[in-house]
Amino acid sequence: MATHSITVTVNGGKEYLDVPSNMTLLQMLREKLALTGAKNGCAAGECGACTVLVDGEPVNSCMMLAVEADGREVTTVEGLAHEGQLSALQEAFTEHNAVQCGFCTPGMLISAHALLERNPHPTEQEIREALVGNLCRCTGYLRIIESVQAAAARGGV
Amino acid sequence: MAEFTSNPVGKNVPRADAYDKVTGAATFVDDMQFGPGLLYGRLVRSPYAHALVKKVDVSKALAVPGVRAVVTGQDVPARIGLYLIDRPVFATDRVRVVGDPVAGVIATSEEIAEEAAQLVEVEYEELPAVFDPVEAAQPDAPLLHPDLGKYKVANFIFPEPGTNISEHFKLRKGDVESAWPRCAAIVEDTFRLPQIQHVPLEPHAAVALWEQSGQVTLWTSSQSPFAQRDLIAQSLDIPHGNLRVVSPYVGGGFGGKAGVSMEVYAVAMARAVKGHAVKLRMTREEEFIGTTVRQSLVAHTKIGCDAEGNLLAMETQYYFGGGAYNDYGVNIARAAGYSCTGPYNIPNVKGDSYCVYTNRPIGSAMRGFGMPEIHWGIEQIMDQLAEKIGMDGAEFRRRNCVKTGQTILTGMKMPAVDLVACIDKVTEAIGWEDRRGTARPCPAAGPRPSTPHKKRGQGIAIMWKAPAIPPNPGSSAIVRFNEDATVNVEIGAQEMGQGVFTVAAQMAAQALGVPYEWVRVSAPIDTRYSPYEWQTVASRTTWSTGNAVKAAAEDARQQILEIVAEHWDEDAEDLDIKDGKVISYKSEREQPLQNMVIYGLPNENFEGWKGGPIVGHGMFMPTYITNLDPETGQGVRAVVHYTVGAQAVDLEVDTETGQVEVLKIASAYDVGKAINPDLVLVQIEGGAVHGMSSAFEVLRFDEKGQPINSNLVDYRIATSADVPQEIHGDIVETPLEDGPWGARGVGEHVMVQTAPAIANGINDALGIRFSDLPLSAEKIFLALEERKPTEE
Repeated sequence: MATHSITVTVNGGKEYLDVPSNMTLLQMLREKLALTGAKNGCAAGECGACTVLVDGEPVNSCMMLAVEADGREVTTVEGLAHEGQLSALQEAFTEHNAVQCGFCTPGMLISAHALLERNPHPTEQEIREALVGNLCRCTGYLRIIESVQAAAARGGV
Repeated sequence: MAEFTSNPVGKNVPRADAYDKVTGAATFVDDMQFGPGLLYGRLVRSPYAHALVKKVDVSKALAVPGVRAVVTGQDVPARIGLYLIDRPVFATDRVRVVGDPVAGVIATSEEIAEEAAQLVEVEYEELPAVFDPVEAAQPDAPLLHPDLGKYKVANFIFPEPGTNISEHFKLRKGDVESAWPRCAAIVEDTFRLPQIQHVPLEPHAAVALWEQSGQVTLWTSSQSPFAQRDLIAQSLDIPHGNLRVVSPYVGGGFGGKAGVSMEVYAVAMARAVKGHAVKLRMTREEEFIGTTVRQSLVAHTKIGCDAEGNLLAMETQYYFGGGAYNDYGVNIARAAGYSCTGPYNIPNVKGDSYCVYTNRPIGSAMRGFGMPEIHWGIEQIMDQLAEKIGMDGAEFRRRNCVKTGQTILTGMKMPAVDLVACIDKVTEAIGWEDRRGTARPCPAAGPRPSTPHKKRGQGIAIMWKAPAIPPNPGSSAIVRFNEDATVNVEIGAQEMGQGVFTVAAQMAAQALGVPYEWVRVSAPIDTRYSPYEWQTVASRTTWSTGNAVKAAAEDARQQILEIVAEHWDEDAEDLDIKDGKVISYKSEREQPLQNMVIYGLPNENFEGWKGGPIVGHGMFMPTYITNLDPETGQGVRAVVHYTVGAQAVDLEVDTETGQVEVLKIASAYDVGKAINPDLVLVQIEGGAVHGMSSAFEVLRFDEKGQPINSNLVDYRIATSADVPQEIHGDIVETPLEDGPWGARGVGEHVMVQTAPAIANGINDALGIRFSDLPLSAEKIFLALEERKPTEE
């Protein structure tokens, strides 16, 4: 398998990596960088547990090749908190008990983050639509929707 | 300043695991780092639903560069099982389901293992297969397990060798035959539920290392680290002390990660490459067909009542489609047998509950453990009976539901619960319209449909469930201090989202007299260091582990009080611990716990010391369960307790598409005592959505038994767009006699009756009953078409 040298900014830091042609962005994050926040739930773009931001847009990192991330900026759940200070969304998820098993949480937070970046005051319907690609089996979604509303009300992401 | 929560039991303290889970720091098995020496396993699976295995040739697979070993049934001639040891680790002579593992390939990468797995050549001789549990129970059905009579089995399970019946539970109470003529209304119907899957977001994953010394470590996503140690040790002949099971956070279990499913393969494969860790993880497709599923059910049920609405008799046969192996499923059929009436007091009962082998994926524990399956039919019949005698469905349930102190179907006395209060709560929350004496179809009064082509309806259903466990599953706990008086609580119960780490910390803090924030639960669960816990299943850990934690904390507290009492020359009974300080009600002295819980206290003028590091320990095991008579199911005490609850739904059906939209679900459960009320409410919310989703889910197969929707596009679970606008939760608290602070569990109950509540709501909206799940839009649409008067 051919490998490619790429430069990618991950959570603000520059990474210089050699990646095989068939390596996904998710594999690159988890296996090359040990950033295991993004999860492998289906490897087929169906569950959203691997969602990360690429140049600010939410993508299923299992459906994107690592080489495609060359020269781009990637944000994972590990990049949301700063120096122990949780983001408004992370804070709200914690306060509203929007977390149960926690496996969908990283992808859910990233999708919600992307929503609030482009639409700081979404309606409930807009939140439901933005999260429709992020499956959760534990919470029943309502606390997650509430948390996004709470973070938006505080004017944060 | 740090938060400081005194007396945390009953308070909504924040989850102990939330910070790690929102920052991506929470570790799941697949996140653990094993370095470049890690090997990867893939399983070779049967393409046939039922076949003899004539020959397995691994030579081509072994020749692939990067392949380290290939393991077959010849190398691992072992069986495994919890209640019935019927499952070969790798198939030797026969495969019984599409996906049955025949061999395991170990290689330096997952891709190489996958490629080599394709090259394992297996010669099969196809056999006739059977998929329907009723057909499979017939004497002339193809036999899946000719050796059933030779399998080791628990003494409360009754297989019928020579048939596909792996368990037959009989319940006989009163005399149904003499009761039928006294019934003013009788409803009889057959209900069918397909197999569905748990769909945890985290697929099963396991890593195993078999060291040259014989030490074996298994890192696994498991609800049952101790049961896995026990079952795998027995199966692969490993001394228990040499097998260590480590289980970090579980990314959703719902019963699918209970007992042993794929984990034994990781261990069996690691034995072939000693000294190298082997990772085995299920793809999403394998999650559907290669782990476990909820059993299918065919229920023939007949129930009758008198003109006043008193239930008189019930006769039922439950045929659970247990799939290829019933090592866990037999106990589901048993649980469905001893709870076969649902939450009703019926004087005459004849129940037969069977677990039956079929050539389908392995049926096993799933949230509710047989109860969602049997309530599907029972709760629809109750509505029909009420309708027939002109009584409101909620009122009918209030009259007939089980009440404290009644002698229930197995002969035991019903422990204290308040199901009527649950019914009252949900009818109030949903705005229930009394339907007494109204003719059907009767669209709900009150709120109207949102558009003319939609019909609106309300439905109600109630439930009960006992922890379906062996008579004596134990829990234990250890409480240790650090110098600053913070506390480590060690338990073997697993955190899989339900909040047991939080609740255990609350209980320890309350019993010790220290703030909640001082207490941490030690994780991951590690059978080498964590105290024993049977399994995190059956909604039993708040109750059982909780009792052990309380006992351990009380033990530690007593040790501290005795040291301080001696130090002050007072009576320990006059002392207490409040907010991390020992206080005397008599002398009003105070002694902070800091340091003294490790170093003890000096005598006067430092002439010697008292005390030392405080370690409290506690255990709990129910000791009062009795076996039941195999012919009648009667006994002194069948179960530890029951949790009960009610749900009501408000929904709309689109008559142009057949689509059901659930607008609101109201739930109420009697949890004894809510240790953390908001965690109870989030169980109620999540469970209602899980229950709603389950009403529309189905695993599909073609006529040869090939799965056709084992992915998340074709097997849909509820998304954020599907959930109701509102889920209302109410908590009822009738203390449980032997529960910590009166608490009983509530993890599974919250989805048990959602599907029949929806079916009852659909009937209310349309006047059409559906006895088979799923409630697909297509099925509803076709039923509406059928009812349309033909034109002209």
